[in-house]
Amino acid sequence: MKPNELNVLVIDENRIRAAIIEEGLRDAGYDQVTVIDVMHGLARRIADLNPDIIVIDLENPNRDMLESMFQLSRAVKRPIAMFVDKSDEASIEAAVEAGVSAYIVDGLKQERVRPILKMAISRFNAFSRLSRELEETRGELENRKVIDRAKGLLMRSRGLSEEAAYALLRRTAMNQNRKIVEIAQSLVTAASLLDPGGTE
Amino acid sequence: MTTRHAITAGFVPLLDSALLVVAREMGFAEAQGIDLTLLRERSWASIRDRLAVRHIDVAHILGPMPIAGNLGLNLPAPEMIVPMALGLGGNAVTVSPALWQAMADHGATADLDARANGAALRAAIAVRTGAPLRFGVVHPYSGHNYELRYWLAASGIDPDRDIEIVVLPPPDMGDALSEGVIDGYCAGEPWNTFGVLRRGGHLATVKAAIWRSSPEKVLGVNARWGAANPEAMAALLVALYQASLWCARPENHAALATLLAQPAYVGHDVDLLLPALDGKLPVGGETVRTVGDFFVPNAKAATFPWKSHALWFYTQMVRWRQIGHTAERQRLAAETYRPDIYRAALKDLGIAMPSVSAKVEGALTVATPVGSSGVLTLGPDGFFDGGRFDPDDVEAYIASQTVG
Repeated sequence: MKPNELNVLVIDENRIRAAIIEEGLRDAGYDQVTVIDVMHGLARRIADLNPDIIVIDLENPNRDMLESMFQLSRAVKRPIAMFVDKSDEASIEAAVEAGVSAYIVDGLKQERVRPILKMAISRFNAFSRLSRELEETRGELENRKVIDRAKGLLMRSRGLSEEAAYALLRRTAMNQNRKIVEIAQSLVTAASLLDPGGTE
Repeated sequence: MTTRHAITAGFVPLLDSALLVVAREMGFAEAQGIDLTLLRERSWASIRDRLAVRHIDVAHILGPMPIAGNLGLNLPAPEMIVPMALGLGGNAVTVSPALWQAMADHGATADLDARANGAALRAAIAVRTGAPLRFGVVHPYSGHNYELRYWLAASGIDPDRDIEIVVLPPPDMGDALSEGVIDGYCAGEPWNTFGVLRRGGHLATVKAAIWRSSPEKVLGVNARWGAANPEAMAALLVALYQASLWCARPENHAALATLLAQPAYVGHDVDLLLPALDGKLPVGGETVRTVGDFFVPNAKAATFPWKSHALWFYTQMVRWRQIGHTAERQRLAAETYRPDIYRAALKDLGIAMPSVSAKVEGALTVATPVGSSGVLTLGPDGFFDGGRFDPDDVEAYIASQTVG
């Protein structure tokens, strides 16, 4: 069997991440890739697909069901075993760290499927990195909004220029050994407490 | 307290994660100098994986799982020990309205009696045509799987031939029941109360009726972590014991339900959590039944890790062909549970503790004061069919078990 003859199933409720894994597999020459992102009727679909390899997100609540299917030879024609065996601690750790888990048909040689796990781990990691960056960008935008509101408050209540208002926030933050956004948030919170109906 | 222990514990959002949640939220862990971090997981597989790579040190875990792991049945499990149980009981069997009707036609009643309702299920199966009934359980190595199979087999139903047993995530069971994917399930709380109150299911029986005061979740500890951090582990057992006392007080049930209802913990409505705590279970329709010892967090040595519990789980692994019996495997199973660690950790609390590490399960038909280091009452702990398990004669018990 060439690599591309392996029947790979990707199970992930996160549709975007599933698509990224699928693309990685196709790029690596695996043509028989199926993605399941809706968990309804999962057991039946796995039995129908009869995959050689299953890649599944670690947090998927269906993993106990999946593992139990592998114990019952009548549920899946070929028995499937845990991919990561106990001797392979580094790869277990990398997989769990990345949030991915995989299973293979019993008897399939480890070296034949190792590239799939490696690819899945690196794509899962890339996906979390992207999500984190997106979160950070969102956070920065939020921070900037809070600082702008605090500056506005200072400009109105103390008649400061925008530049002077920002300088005051920065100086206060430095004196208190806190972040500018924390000072700004305290100011905005205080202002809304003092003047709940206000238009700060 | 000057010593600080940082401990990360995994849990699955179920009612019996209560001891860990309370240890953290009510300050019992803090008082023992523990920074307790709780990590919520959605499957037992991910609990096992995170224990293996030491993302978590300890976990709320199914009683048979650490044994299965130590027997090499559930890779990549780390070597594990069980120095404490997290209560007794707590499960039930819920069936669909159609199956309940069929059982009621054959004499099943809402009193949850395991014998009568088991016989009714058998009679309903006997006249059934078409596909066999399908029941859901949460995991192959679970108290749920074994007590459901015990109940069925003792009722004359072959759990592998007369019905089909499948594994499902507990949160999906209510929907699977109402969609007709399954006809019944054995799960922990709040999923039976959810099935009855939100999905029109009916309780058939409860764990406490199949085997009263029987083991369920335990504290699973990565053995390597435990060996390297004996003081932290002992401090955690003290905190969890105090949490179990707090959980057991009826006046705390409302607060406990509110605590568990938080999204970070079980994350379901208080009305789904209170019935199991109070032992007043919605059975179906408008009927509510009071169930003695439905979930026992502290009384009757509920946190003591009995070797006889570990061995009973082992006999069920053998019975249902998950593993073949050898003396060595029996020894590994018994050694997974560690009453010696429990005793040493809790000795300064001045509490009543069992003086032996194993007991004949099913021997106590009434609550019985037992010889121990204080005043302790055990039982009743009977199996509904009058069965007895003598941990000193495991092979005879295995030999006596029918498969169907």
